[in-house]
Amino acid sequence: MINYIWLFFILSSVVIAFFNNTIQDVFHAILSSCEQAVSISIGLIGIMAFWLGLMKIAHASGLMNLIARILSPLIHLLFPEIPKNNPVQADITMNISANALGLGNAATPFGIKAMEGLQKLNTHDKKTASDAMCTFLTINTAGVQLIPVTAIAILASLNADNPTDIIIPTIITTLSALIIGIIFVKGLIKIFPKKVSREEKIQ
Amino acid sequence: MISFISVAFIPLLICFFLIYGTCKRVPVYETFTQGAKEGFEISVRIIPYLVAMMVAVGMFRASGAIDLLAKWANPFLTWLGIPADLLPLAIVRSLSGSGARGIFAEIAATHGADNPITKTAAVMLGSSETTFYVLSVYFGSVGITKFRHAVSAGIIADLAGIIIALIVSKIAFY
Repeated sequence: MINYIWLFFILSSVVIAFFNNTIQDVFHAILSSCEQAVSISIGLIGIMAFWLGLMKIAHASGLMNLIARILSPLIHLLFPEIPKNNPVQADITMNISANALGLGNAATPFGIKAMEGLQKLNTHDKKTASDAMCTFLTINTAGVQLIPVTAIAILASLNADNPTDIIIPTIITTLSALIIGIIFVKGLIKIFPKKVSREEKIQ
Repeated sequence: MISFISVAFIPLLICFFLIYGTCKRVPVYETFTQGAKEGFEISVRIIPYLVAMMVAVGMFRASGAIDLLAKWANPFLTWLGIPADLLPLAIVRSLSGSGARGIFAEIAATHGADNPITKTAAVMLGSSETTFYVLSVYFGSVGITKFRHAVSAGIIADLAGIIIALIVSKIAFY
């Protein structure tokens, strides 16, 4: 599916650019987007190193195991595929809490650590997402945030009378979208589970 | 107050990690540097995935496709009573975080910060994550190229979010 989405974006933009006479802009967008992608990745190195360092301490001290054990029942509801008391449950918890608190640049390293943990549990085809990964990314793309900091900051900078009155509508919206996303992904997983190779079935 | 809590939270969390580690006799400095080493590798690993996604999104936005869509959908949106200005934001917020912030700032500047349209836009902006960025970074970090249901579930959740944002804002701000 992602192949077609990617193809669609690129083909449609070139076709439309010819009609709109924006082919020059499209050409420049290619160059600037490449640069932007690299600068985002490079910009991540520092904060990524920092949080991964701290996470290593948390893992080595057994703190992550402790968190995993406490929250295991809750995480197990959403991710029945993950074995109980697996430290990846703690990584998932940390990622979701960091996102909820609006700590975007801490959430990414936690999330990537969680993805590495899930990849270890992923059976045979390591290029195909596991069921747990689909659920995990559905939660992440829904972007549940208790306080929509960016939106409030922009409203406040424009002298809105009451910038915080968007908080409750935003929470209602984001939670409903999350629930719909989870129901949808769980349904899809049930109908189309990840195919298991013949060798694994025999085992 | 809110910003104070989120600012103070991180340093306190760091202290807690370090104190807990030291109590458990973990050599904190050495362990930290070992873990931090991975930061470079992971960041570099996601570059190809990020380049692929951001180029496609960048081209799409530069081509004027979104304005064209907005023009086509305008009569339909007016019929439904949805402000047409919100459509570009609804599309871009799943594709580009900085793009969505830019469009939001534009809406706020044209309509004023207290206008219900601006408030609705704020709810739209705050209630979602940049789906395609998250997918490419997270899947890219472990080398997964077949995203399976994560794409459709992400898109459905985004669509649902847009519709719910419109309904909730209609009740809250009009």
